[in-house]
Amino acid sequence: MARPPDDPGPESPGPDDPGPETPGAESPGRDTPVPHATDPVTISTVDEARVRRVELAISLVLRVGVTVSVLVISVGLGLMFAHHGEYTSWTGNFSYHRLTAPATPFPHTFSQLGTSLSRGEGQGLVVLGLLLLIATPVLRVAVSVVSFVYERDPAMTLVTLFVLTLLVGSFFLGGGSG
Amino acid sequence: MTPLVFVITLALISVLAGVLGSLVGLGGGVVVVPVLTLVYHIDIRLAIGASIVSVIATSSGAAAVYVRDRMTNLRAGMFLEMATTVGAISGAYLTTALPARVLFIVFAVVLGYSAFATFRKRHSAALLTTSDDRLANYFRLHGSYYDPAERREIPYKVAGTKVGLALMYVAGLVSALLGVGSGALKVPAMDLAMHLPMKVSTATSNFMIGVTAAASAGVYFARGQIDPLIAAPVAAGVLAGSMVGSRVLGRVTSTTIRLVFVVVLAVICVEMLQRGATG
Repeated sequence: MARPPDDPGPESPGPDDPGPETPGAESPGRDTPVPHATDPVTISTVDEARVRRVELAISLVLRVGVTVSVLVISVGLGLMFAHHGEYTSWTGNFSYHRLTAPATPFPHTFSQLGTSLSRGEGQGLVVLGLLLLIATPVLRVAVSVVSFVYERDPAMTLVTLFVLTLLVGSFFLGGGSG
Repeated sequence: MTPLVFVITLALISVLAGVLGSLVGLGGGVVVVPVLTLVYHIDIRLAIGASIVSVIATSSGAAAVYVRDRMTNLRAGMFLEMATTVGAISGAYLTTALPARVLFIVFAVVLGYSAFATFRKRHSAALLTTSDDRLANYFRLHGSYYDPAERREIPYKVAGTKVGLALMYVAGLVSALLGVGSGALKVPAMDLAMHLPMKVSTATSNFMIGVTAAASAGVYFARGQIDPLIAAPVAAGVLAGSMVGSRVLGRVTSTTIRLVFVVVLAVICVEMLQRGATG
């Protein structure tokens, strides 16, 4: 961690600086308080730099989550069409209603998803991608908890920890009931 | 219509939903649900499942940009998420206890009033320079953002946090009960009650709706309401749209955003009235 030698003030990060351990906060060129070349935001103090790094970490988590899930969904959708030649024609009698009617089977529990994935089905991959997408905001809250610890902000740490607990709890309550 | 045509047309419509949803902070559901039910004749339960996915996609896609551009008030957003999450979870347990028709009409009236109040504020959107709100001061919720349209840094103070928290609880409750986007109440709560700038309100609402939707997404998944063939093109299209919308927000004026928001709110209000009237 290269720091500018004239790094001022009591907020100056010491050897206990949790910065390097912050998951997701590390991206090339952004681990020093000096703004990145492509970063349009002007940063004047160490405190602001710390807040800024948290913002960039959260933005990165969202971007990675969204990119990974959309890739998985796209591959899955491609597989669905590749495995079923009758889906891919532009015209024809095969209506999409046969796949979107309320009775259409598709994975909606984790064990069904596992079975579908082990068979190499496209729709299993799509469902996996959708679950990754759903998990992205939860992951974002988790990173926020760590970020506020890093900002040394106990009040906001508790706030985000409370939200995370509820989110994780609700997901298991909901997922377990099906 | 073959599945291929279905997926392609739905993805293209979803791009528009993503642009609009990310601009006004409501998520893509506003467009996705009516399109799926009225154009594609898809069961409302599956349409709502796809809508939840579209809300999370708009939220994450747009928030990635808004947070980077400092348009989102992160602290206020996370502070208010406490209330929406509690609301969303309590709503999930109340679903069967209350008649949905009455709720739709009550919600429509609330939205109608919000649209009117938001419109009325179009000439007097002055921001606070001081605030004696104890919660806002304690949690340091005040902020500042760079407005590319006005080419200056705009500082603002936050007030009315208690009213804001109460409204956010209702927003979470309503979204879980009716399966409609909670952003329709979040934006007015921040704009009218808490005095956040309009653009910050929609950007922060965008940031929050993903978490509110994620709180009930597990239930929708387990109930089998998230059909992969419907949700996949919606998610991909809405994400692409949110990337566009979130780059537009900075450049247009706050008044434009306000007016677009009022129009969308009025449309949802009519939609809710209709669902309340027809059951």
